[in-house]
Amino acid sequence: MKRFLYILAFLFLLGGLFTTNALAQSGTPSDDEVNAIARKLYCPVCESTPLDVCPTQACHEWRELIRTMLAEGKTEAEITQYFVDQYGARVLAEPPKEGGFLLIYLLPPAVILIGVIILFRSLKEWTKPKAAVPAQSAAQVQKDDYVSRFEEELKKQK
Amino acid sequence: MTEETTKKRGVPLWAQIVIWAALAGLLLLVAFGLKRAQNPMAEIGKPVPDFELVFYEGYEYNGTAKVKLSDLRGKIVVVNIWASWCKPCEQEAPDLEEAWQFYKDGGDVVLVGVDYVDTPKGAEGYLTKFDITFPNAPDLKSNISSILNRQMGVPETYFIDREGILRHVKVGPFMSVNEIKSVVESID
Repeated sequence: MKRFLYILAFLFLLGGLFTTNALAQSGTPSDDEVNAIARKLYCPVCESTPLDVCPTQACHEWRELIRTMLAEGKTEAEITQYFVDQYGARVLAEPPKEGGFLLIYLLPPAVILIGVIILFRSLKEWTKPKAAVPAQSAAQVQKDDYVSRFEEELKKQK
Repeated sequence: MTEETTKKRGVPLWAQIVIWAALAGLLLLVAFGLKRAQNPMAEIGKPVPDFELVFYEGYEYNGTAKVKLSDLRGKIVVVNIWASWCKPCEQEAPDLEEAWQFYKDGGDVVLVGVDYVDTPKGAEGYLTKFDITFPNAPDLKSNISSILNRQMGVPETYFIDREGILRHVKVGPFMSVNEIKSVVESID
């Protein structure tokens, strides 16, 4: 009996879960669903403000527009494209991987790569073991030459 | 002197060539991208680059739903840039409509509204609220305001003469309908 009650409770919970999900899908899109798209867009008017946190009336209306479009069955890609068509690619939080925007993606890795190559080569040079016999400095060579000549002269004197 | 002391250290030639070639390539890419992104811009005393207005539903000019600036050659064109979220725009909206009512039958002066970065609902509400009847179009991708070289924000109004030359730019709202008329008369 106890086991039967557990199964019944489990089925009840499972049923509730599906019902909630179905209601959420069929009803008005939730704030979370709207904000999931809004955070990938920026307010076209305000500077550097994501649409999901923008407090202006215009941003509120844009969020409501996203809600309406979601309720109409539009996909995230379609909604995003609508915003790009209306206000340009500058509204995208992540710029498209095409045209001049490619520079944003290519430039930093290219600079980092060049930097790494230079650093690697420099480190290799710095850590290269020096020759076993240290090279004599020009002054030392000159001095030794002078000493030997001096000694020769002394010998001649003797 | 030994070989070790005289050997020159540094980036090998092949690496230098690769680095300089990569930098030159990147600069070319940036220059090309900037050139492509650059719109022609209007300047006072010079012809305004052409652009097209695709009117909001319910608006038209001479029975058509869209018009190019070049189609209006021979007329004085007044282009007003506005937005529903712009409070000063509300101040001048009745004056602009009154000016349109004054000029529309003559057909010599064309007044068009360009809605800058707006929501469809906001735009519709604004046009209804102020009973705007002159042709109005959205500024898709801010293309028109970019061509007109918008100075400060909204509202801004551009006066283009019969030859398509930009004659006057009004930054901010008009104080009265007479202000609009006086600018139109000064360029006629």
